[in-house]
Amino acid sequence: MGALILWILLILIVVVILGGVGIYNRLVRLRNRCENGWAQVDVQLRRRYDLIPNLVETVKGYAKHERGVFEKVTEARAKAINASTVKEQGQAENVLTGALKSLFAVVENYPELKANQNFMMLQEELAGTEGKIAYARQFYNDTVMKFNMKQQVFPSNIIAGLFNFKEKDYLEIEEPEAREPVKVKF
Amino acid sequence: MYEQITRNKWKSFFLVLFFLVLIFILTWVFGELTDFGPYALILAVVIAFLMTFGSYYASDKIVLAISRAKPVKKEDYPYLYNVVEGLAIAAGLPKPRCYIIDDTAPNAFASGRNPKNSVVVVTSGLLEKLNRAELEGVIAHEMAHIKNYDVLVQTLAVVMVGVIALLSDWILRSFFWGRGKRKTSSKGGGNAAAVFVLVGILLAVFSPLIAQLLRLAISRKREFLADANGALLTRYPPGLASALRKLAADREPLEAANKATAHLYIINPLKDIKGKANKLFSTHPPVEERIAALEKM
Repeated sequence: MGALILWILLILIVVVILGGVGIYNRLVRLRNRCENGWAQVDVQLRRRYDLIPNLVETVKGYAKHERGVFEKVTEARAKAINASTVKEQGQAENVLTGALKSLFAVVENYPELKANQNFMMLQEELAGTEGKIAYARQFYNDTVMKFNMKQQVFPSNIIAGLFNFKEKDYLEIEEPEAREPVKVKF
Repeated sequence: MYEQITRNKWKSFFLVLFFLVLIFILTWVFGELTDFGPYALILAVVIAFLMTFGSYYASDKIVLAISRAKPVKKEDYPYLYNVVEGLAIAAGLPKPRCYIIDDTAPNAFASGRNPKNSVVVVTSGLLEKLNRAELEGVIAHEMAHIKNYDVLVQTLAVVMVGVIALLSDWILRSFFWGRGKRKTSSKGGGNAAAVFVLVGILLAVFSPLIAQLLRLAISRKREFLADANGALLTRYPPGLASALRKLAADREPLEAANKATAHLYIINPLKDIKGKANKLFSTHPPVEERIAALEKM
């Protein structure tokens, strides 16, 4: 009788430990996926910053007089690159998106530029990159939601508390229109 | 989502197992009929394994070859690449390779054995006729198929059904040929009769089995599921809805598609001009129902 109870206890302990290990591994996996998602956002943002100088140069070749717009774009880009916090960067990104919009508005007045092969490529790249930024953000937020949820629900909240997992912040965009990609017309 | 993936992996496993056994039986019968004698069994085992592994690893290549799809570079199709890369990011998958079928009929499909080895195929007509939001909807649908492992089941089905049809055809031929020879040599009439009966039964069993295999792989429900999961990726169901409407309105059939590959495509590429007679065997749910489901989201 005593041996039986001992066995049952032993099995219970093994089950609990195995379950705990499983939950711990899942939490680690989700945390890594969050970090990977964040890196992906970063990669795409950087790609966008790299495209902008080329774009400005191309537009300059046709529209030399629109200096104000170029300065605005360049300035907004520098601010976004140098932003130190996520919130600051979000705001700088919004300003940059607005500046790019006015740049494309200027382009509307130069049909030759609009037909330029190089410009069209850059415009497509920019539109594509902005789509990717939006998708990377979406993926990051989805993953963060799963990660945070796992830390809140029972029984994984016990393991999360035990090993000091921290909830991650969502990436929020204040202006809904910032999500809209730059319109591409051919 | 994860249940769906597990189910698809099991389905593929049984499909492969079933295929292995079937090929083994078929080649064995084939060997017996053509007087390979004791080597027939060894031959059957070797061929069965080669074909099974071949179809697992090469089925996507076979499907691409059948569909006359060509790989394209990013420099030539930046638009397609950007859309595919964006949705791969949204789905959290590695970027699939991009292929194009040079045909003005707008259509698309995905293939591959897992997300790491996947391809997205679109026709040149699709790129011309859809706008960005619509193309994103279509690619997101394909990305959902990849993520769900639907592509594995569907691609395996194409190759296996093809191989089985081919082999049973061979057997039928070699049976007539073999029997004639045996009659002239007047050797073991009872044996030949037994094989004849066996082949007869096998052939009788095959055609409905093949059809069942296809149906198993298709399961019209998964199109709805891919539509829904695709909309979850773009967060914009009207994009796919409007794309489906355009694809359905286009009456041009896709030349590179056939009955074996039709179920792969986002929309039936054969266009069934004959009308309602084919509805029973339809591999795709009605487009109107899919659009209605998307509009309800």
